[in-house]
Amino acid sequence: MTGSEWAALDRRTVAVTALLVAGGCAGAAVLATYWIMRVTSFANALLWVLSAAVLVVAVSCVVDHMRWRRTRYRITPERVELHTGVFISRRRSLHRNCVRTVDVTADPLLRVFGLVQVQVGTGEQAGSEGSVRLRPVTRQVAEELRRTLLDRATDVTADGCLARLDPAWIRYAPLSFLTPLLGGGAFGVVLNVADWFGMQDGIIGWAIALFRDVPLVATVVVLAAVALVIGVVGSLGLFVEMWWSYRLDREPGGTLRVRRGLLTTRSISLEERRLRGVEIVEPLGARLAGAARVDAVATGMVAPSEKDKTDHRTLLPAAPRAVADRVAADVLREPDAPPTSIRLTAHPATARSRRVRWAVGTAAVPVAVLAVLGLLLTEVLLHVAWIAALVLVPAAVLLALDAYRSLGHGLTPEYLVARSGTTRRATVALQRGGIIGWTAKQSIFQRNAGLLTLSATTAAGAGAYSILDVGVSDGLLVAERAVPDLLTPFLQVTQPHVDEATPVRR
Amino acid sequence: MTTSHSEPAEVRLRPPRNEVDPRAVAWWRAGIALTFAPPVVVLMVLGLLIEPARFWLLMPAVVLAVAGLPLALLLPRWWFRLHRWEVTDTAVYTRSGYFWQAWRLAPLSRIQTVDTQRGPLEQHFGLATVTVTTASAKGAVKIEGLDQQTAADVAERLTETTQATAGDAT
Repeated sequence: MTGSEWAALDRRTVAVTALLVAGGCAGAAVLATYWIMRVTSFANALLWVLSAAVLVVAVSCVVDHMRWRRTRYRITPERVELHTGVFISRRRSLHRNCVRTVDVTADPLLRVFGLVQVQVGTGEQAGSEGSVRLRPVTRQVAEELRRTLLDRATDVTADGCLARLDPAWIRYAPLSFLTPLLGGGAFGVVLNVADWFGMQDGIIGWAIALFRDVPLVATVVVLAAVALVIGVVGSLGLFVEMWWSYRLDREPGGTLRVRRGLLTTRSISLEERRLRGVEIVEPLGARLAGAARVDAVATGMVAPSEKDKTDHRTLLPAAPRAVADRVAADVLREPDAPPTSIRLTAHPATARSRRVRWAVGTAAVPVAVLAVLGLLLTEVLLHVAWIAALVLVPAAVLLALDAYRSLGHGLTPEYLVARSGTTRRATVALQRGGIIGWTAKQSIFQRNAGLLTLSATTAAGAGAYSILDVGVSDGLLVAERAVPDLLTPFLQVTQPHVDEATPVRR
Repeated sequence: MTTSHSEPAEVRLRPPRNEVDPRAVAWWRAGIALTFAPPVVVLMVLGLLIEPARFWLLMPAVVLAVAGLPLALLLPRWWFRLHRWEVTDTAVYTRSGYFWQAWRLAPLSRIQTVDTQRGPLEQHFGLATVTVTTASAKGAVKIEGLDQQTAADVAERLTETTQATAGDAT
């Protein structure tokens, strides 16, 4: 297997594909049968649909068999090579030195066969170009591949398990922004499915009939409650599916490994060499409940546009803040507290005024629109406008003040720490050695307020992490200290007058 | 600069040393002119051909031309003062913008690629753009409006330094 001879994927891929396509066909078939049945008889419809389905399944089996026959991979001492392609043959070859991730996933269908999908990734940012995907191989082969490719002779000792799932963490799942989305989405799905069968009007009529004798307010409350229940159940279900039997391990050779998943199991391995820091993320709901999530800041992650990227770099789901701190410290091999827990320097008060102005401005837009419409059309909207103003403006100001409280930055001997955000407060600790450049941006408003936004560019994670609205002098001095000598030649001392625009608050 | 960190002095970023090539002003002007000219010309031609709508076609043409002319004359002069660049022994450093001023700094030791581009318009004015990328998705530094010879020299110097650096610069 790990020698230099060519190996094939698992032969059962054809069966997996057949079942997968058959499943997809079954869904479409029900719908198609329903519609064809309306013009001819049921037997006729069934005949047509079944033969079409068999044809589709057969063709995909043949194509997949060809793919299986033409896909070969091998691991030589230097390279990982893959030959594939049904019609156009493709050859890909990765340097083993560059291999940074080996992710193993198994969806329920693959699990029935004891198979998995292996994705070997390199440090290159370029999406699929830098990776090799083997689907499917057996679990044993995957495990062997993972160990061969990531186990390098290093003297790093294994620390074993860093964290495992505490079922109580599920209480944070419904606090996510996903809950209202899932709840609202459920109504959309029902209407959409009804539309496929041409019953949308029927459903709406049925709902209107149901609520005919109920006052409008009660209807809204009931619908909202139903959406909330669906949302809560959905987010709980999603949490269980994503994080069931979660554990975070440190393995020999300096690899962090996350294993999780109920139906689809995932194993994500991340070389510690690639780690440039961690990010403690606290979405508003979780933060109010005292919880935080830990994300890895690592180089060579999948392209940022990919949907499940955040899942890939999450090392710990929302858990009590103390647990998150401990895991962050363990991941970074810090003896006690993680760098994200240091005392941060606050930003100038002008940053607060900016936030309050934005907040009031944002809240004023809908209020103004309502007021104008109210003046033009009906008095009811005027009442809605002042009620909206009463609710929105204080809420916005509260968020703005909180956003200002979140702002902060600091330095430890090894890390640059920056915090910002209110609905999603994020504290990033970035290795000072991982900073590969600086970008300073200053809008004309920031210039008047004596502030600037300083971004440390890095090969890892989002590509740049910013210290928002920091005092000009304060921020530049921190940047200068963070990466010695880099910024120094480009700084100039201004007249040592201290005007009130740039107070240094410590 | 030596700052004692116990008692921080007030500091700011100094402007990079070099201006872009003076021909960049003409290049930017040509760019603005080419943005404004096609709609103006099309409206004029249509206005001369279609008599009933002549006023409604010529008026926007005149408005566009009147708006474009001062932009083309004044903006590039201003940009020329704003855009500055510098390559030292340790880093590439640029400044650009006014309403959203940006200073970009990339250390030579982290540079991965050095590209020199010459669009048709730049070619005509004997100018070139040098783009320097690092391993960061957001760390690219672009120097526009360089004399072609200067651009070639800068690119060559940067490429040499880059090759001398070991590791993958992440």
